[in-house]
Amino acid sequence: MARTAHAYIAGAYELPERYYPDKTLAQLQAEAALGALADAGLTIDDVDGFFCGPDAPGTGPLSIADYLNLKLRHFDTTNTSGSSYTVHVAHAAEAIAAGKCDVALITLAGRPRAEGRAKGALARTDNPQQPDFQWEQPYGLAVLNVYAMVARRHMHEYGTTAEQLAWVKVAASHHAQHNPNARLRDLVTVEEVVGSPLVCDPLHRLDCCVVTDGGGALIVTRPEIAKSLKRPLVRLIGSAETTQGQNGGYMDITTSGAARTGPAALAEAGVGIGDIKYASLYDSFTITVLMQLEDLGFCAKGQGGAFVSDGGLISGTGRIAINTDGGGLCNNHPSNRGGMTKVIEAVRQLRGEAHPAVQVPDCDLALVNAIGGQLAVRHAPATLILERAA
Amino acid sequence: MKIGQRIPGDPEPTPETQAFWDAAGEGRFLVRRCTACGKAHWYPRGTCPFCHATETAWEEGSGRGTIYAFSVMRKAEPPFVMAYVTLAEGPTMMTNIVDCESDDLAIGRPVELVFQPSKSGIPVPCFRPL
Repeated sequence: MARTAHAYIAGAYELPERYYPDKTLAQLQAEAALGALADAGLTIDDVDGFFCGPDAPGTGPLSIADYLNLKLRHFDTTNTSGSSYTVHVAHAAEAIAAGKCDVALITLAGRPRAEGRAKGALARTDNPQQPDFQWEQPYGLAVLNVYAMVARRHMHEYGTTAEQLAWVKVAASHHAQHNPNARLRDLVTVEEVVGSPLVCDPLHRLDCCVVTDGGGALIVTRPEIAKSLKRPLVRLIGSAETTQGQNGGYMDITTSGAARTGPAALAEAGVGIGDIKYASLYDSFTITVLMQLEDLGFCAKGQGGAFVSDGGLISGTGRIAINTDGGGLCNNHPSNRGGMTKVIEAVRQLRGEAHPAVQVPDCDLALVNAIGGQLAVRHAPATLILERAA
Repeated sequence: MKIGQRIPGDPEPTPETQAFWDAAGEGRFLVRRCTACGKAHWYPRGTCPFCHATETAWEEGSGRGTIYAFSVMRKAEPPFVMAYVTLAEGPTMMTNIVDCESDDLAIGRPVELVFQPSKSGIPVPCFRPL
């Protein structure tokens, strides 16, 4: 298959801080970009493709491309909220395969803490021209209260418990304790999670991800260039994206679109879910992880609660290692968008550069899944299959 | 937790939906059905989301349904219940459950329509337990 066939992620960089009161968005975009280029061993003059989301201030790519003085042949500002940057990796690979660019830069940066925007609990402020606006906005739709509906429905259909959901946070805290940059580094217990305030019943405060400033960047490039660099090779071998909404009012909110993108990406890669050694799964809330584990096929639908229990997600001792940087639940959710950090930690794992306490031995195959938008309302999942190449 | 009335946000009617909000102003709840394939859908639109015929029409809804999913937004002031209600006509709609005790709510519980005036006075369809 001619496909994405074989673009590589040559550079990955996560801004170290979680609070940036004194830097502009443009500065953070630039620092992320330069960090990823330095990681790859490339310079900004090598960049001819630019991928960014609406976190980059200005119209599409224009202002940040100008700020960085990029000389571009290709750009893409696909916006699917938090999954945008995961989508960008696949789109960059497609552009490279099509000969449209050689070195693609993908950036994310944001300052929701410094700007006082804790987005999850706030009512959305969407465009009234959106056809769904008048049927949702009046009801106080917020990210938090619709994910809580997914949790409630999952509990109803499958007997999932608050304690089982709490195990997702417990695993994240086990990983975050080793990450000196993580927003939350303290170990938490199941009792502490279910004992934290019920912010939106049935979700507790500790079922929710952190709000952080920061960001990151990725460099995607063609095989010849990747192989000329002095970095371990991380190759994209499968990808898939989709959208899922309310199906005209006949929906099942306990199955996400990842049930389609996961199998499609795995098929393209020619591997099975059982081959995956490490997974980065979008963790806006604990329930988000549970849904993806089931929909991607790590366990059967309805079995997510049992799968995550008793440390099921803790690296080294669990059933599968996920989000070994501490994830969005404990480490970082920059700009309220988690798709970038998900790819970055998968690259660290495949390079063998994760923290030794959480590094998966011989990690040669990883899956990344991001959920942009809102489960239960409308969302865009994107799945990547990445391998360590010789 | 006692959940009272709620003042919804303003829905901002459009030419595609003005008839719905006009009817709501008269205390009537409309549902949109495709006259080509016969299926009711939500939210109401001029193009059927299933067969994509443009012959969709308003009809009087029963105002009855059951709770498909709900959450209790305790963090808000005042707290409110976000919900999906499956209408007797078939489709499931986003709404708020009002005038209830949140601990008494359950998926599958029957509910009935009750209009709640928005900030600028437009009646917005909400539900309360039967």
